[in-house]
Amino acid sequence: MYSFLPTEEQQMLIDAVRRFAESDVRPVARDMEEAAEMSADLVEKGWELGVLQASIPEDFGGFGDYSAMTGVLAAEELGWGDLATAMAVMTPNLFVLPIYLGGTEEQKAKFIPEVIEAEWRPFTGALLEYRMNFNPFELQTTAVREGDAYVLNGEKAFVPYGKGAEALVVYAALDGETQAFIVPGDAEGLSVGEEREKLMGINALPMYRVRLENVRVPLENRIGGEEGFDFKTALAHSYVGLAALAVGVARASFEYATEYAKQREAFGVKIAQKQAIAFMLAEMNTEIEASRLLAWEAAWMLDAGKEEAFKQAYLAFTGAMDMVMMVTDRGVQILGGYGYIREYPAEMWMRNGRGFATFSGMAIV
Amino acid sequence: MAIEFEAPKPIVQQQYVIKTVAENMMRPVSRYYDEHEHEIPWDYIEFMHTAMKASGAGSLAPKEDKKKEADPNKPKRPPIGYQMLAHMLEMLAWGDVGMYLITPGGGLGAAAVEAAGTPEQKKKFLARFAGEKPTFAAMCMTEPQAGSDTSAIRARAVLDEETNEWVINGEKIFVTAGDKSLTEYEQTGRGFIVVWATIDPEAGKAGMRAFVVEAGTPGVKITKLEHKLGIRVSDTAAISLQDVRVPFENILGSPTVERSTKGFKGAMSTFNATRPLVAATGIGVARAALEFLKEKAAEQGVEIRYGLPRNQLTNLEREIIDMEIMLRSAWLMVIKAVWAADNRQPNALVASMSKVKAGDVVTKITQRVVELLGPLGYSREFLAEKWFRDAKITDIYEGTGQINRLVVARQILGYGRKELS
Repeated sequence: MYSFLPTEEQQMLIDAVRRFAESDVRPVARDMEEAAEMSADLVEKGWELGVLQASIPEDFGGFGDYSAMTGVLAAEELGWGDLATAMAVMTPNLFVLPIYLGGTEEQKAKFIPEVIEAEWRPFTGALLEYRMNFNPFELQTTAVREGDAYVLNGEKAFVPYGKGAEALVVYAALDGETQAFIVPGDAEGLSVGEEREKLMGINALPMYRVRLENVRVPLENRIGGEEGFDFKTALAHSYVGLAALAVGVARASFEYATEYAKQREAFGVKIAQKQAIAFMLAEMNTEIEASRLLAWEAAWMLDAGKEEAFKQAYLAFTGAMDMVMMVTDRGVQILGGYGYIREYPAEMWMRNGRGFATFSGMAIV
Repeated sequence: MAIEFEAPKPIVQQQYVIKTVAENMMRPVSRYYDEHEHEIPWDYIEFMHTAMKASGAGSLAPKEDKKKEADPNKPKRPPIGYQMLAHMLEMLAWGDVGMYLITPGGGLGAAAVEAAGTPEQKKKFLARFAGEKPTFAAMCMTEPQAGSDTSAIRARAVLDEETNEWVINGEKIFVTAGDKSLTEYEQTGRGFIVVWATIDPEAGKAGMRAFVVEAGTPGVKITKLEHKLGIRVSDTAAISLQDVRVPFENILGSPTVERSTKGFKGAMSTFNATRPLVAATGIGVARAALEFLKEKAAEQGVEIRYGLPRNQLTNLEREIIDMEIMLRSAWLMVIKAVWAADNRQPNALVASMSKVKAGDVVTKITQRVVELLGPLGYSREFLAEKWFRDAKITDIYEGTGQINRLVVARQILGYGRKELS
């Protein structure tokens, strides 16, 4: 069957996240970006919406069934509010979900409840490495088995809340295969750069370079245990999460440009009455819907365990990163000079939009 | 309810059958009829007629779901008529979109009757498609001076109160399957055309109505068969109507002109059903082209590395991945639009968006495929160049890409014709 209607529970969650995004996030997003500071209260409030908690079964401290689709629906609304805030609220996902999706029962029981049952705390994940030809399947960070431990070496980039993290899921190449390891924040050999990452966008989100020098973790900290886990699954869930956030960012930019075009006059009419502008808006909306449906289908495939889910998630992500660039660029263009100045939000959405091609593994649902 | 993307079982089964038809009845003759414009593929037409009759589907137009005795123990199945049709058309177009356009069963003409006709009209005009011989119907909207701007239609219908007949005069062009609907071939049953004409030129769109004109009605004449860039096997006729008389009850919709444009809008809502279907046919053509490219690339040992960051892909991989994204997302928009149509949900926005998107992507994809295949793309020994020519019509008929952008923009902005034209 085809259906495009969220469940009642999903719709309630969407509504709750939207209210949060509109009333709590939007009013402070620009100031946080300029100050390069994320409000801890805001993140806690977002965490209390329970998006992740509702995705984890009771056995592991949550109160619902896991669904990538629900995650995608919520992520769009969070992304609409503000990308940096969304990624901050969703940072514990980077720790919890790879364990939930690929971990052993013991790992789930040991590591998930302490995150889920408490207030928001910095549990995070580290995949990205700082080089032009970064490839998640060929990591330079390595894991080597030595006796009863894995020894990790390498450097990770753009790690959200890397400083002060209680624990991280670190991705490393083990015999050439990307695997994931649970690393406590205070592990010996783990060091975090003094300075925050300086990026083009999402400046409110604190991100750090994380170095691993002969960091030893016990064997049972490899996600999936002796067998390891299927990295592609975690990556696919990251693709759909990022795609949904991109849809949210694009929608924010599109809606703002639409309202602006209906107010702004030129040559005696509203500029929205000019086909040059109206057609841009029509195409923006069309592309947003196209991307949303791709992300939905991929999330549905992941939930249904379809074989082609990985490919579909990759297509959804790749399509969304082009879509969000196209839409946010036009979002600036329609505002003209006002699009370019920081008093207006359009330029921020455009900077944030450009990041999706880079944000490998930085969000997951 | 929950969001789902599983094609219903009856559709999957149907797809299997249609694919066999596409592979065996269409592809082998696709090139021949492209190069012999105006020849008629009777084998295909008769086969399809027999097959559809056997399956109980006399017409490609979706039926109202028959009211069966409700079994309270069985969960009610939601209707899937338009979804089924979209899948079927996509697959037929994958075989050959021109041949799909001359599939007997009434096409857009029957769709108009289905959408705007009374129960009596449906009974009277649609029964023929399940008859002995393959039968055609066509829609006559466009005039030489009135394309996208349908309010510029000059064809005129006047009621002769003495005989209670409508008298229609006008010139219609670009009528798909117009020849097969009007010419009484020995192989075909009696068809009809649905003619758009005004009953009150002062009233603009509010005066516009559609009339069923049966084949053989005096005064109806085919004046020309067009030669086209693509979809050559599908006849495109110019038709003149001179003092054509049809019975009063052949009018679709209200015979009086109200102040509002409700009547017109009601008839135009046909487009909300047909636009995604046209989009589906374009997608079928583009899928054929993309599959052919992937096949040829695979022969060259090219493997598409899904999952690799895009800055490390080869250009060919990148192109193919981009095209897959375009094609899949356009298809999902079609599915959403027909799903909404099946479930009686408002779908004007997504229906037009699906057409905007499909018009764009199928022309882009087929153009790129020809380029990427090098000499194999441009050569008439393969079908890629034909698909490129065939696909282009998707962005033109059933509302050009630009008209659909207008429709989309008006809905987004809450504007009417007055604010945005």
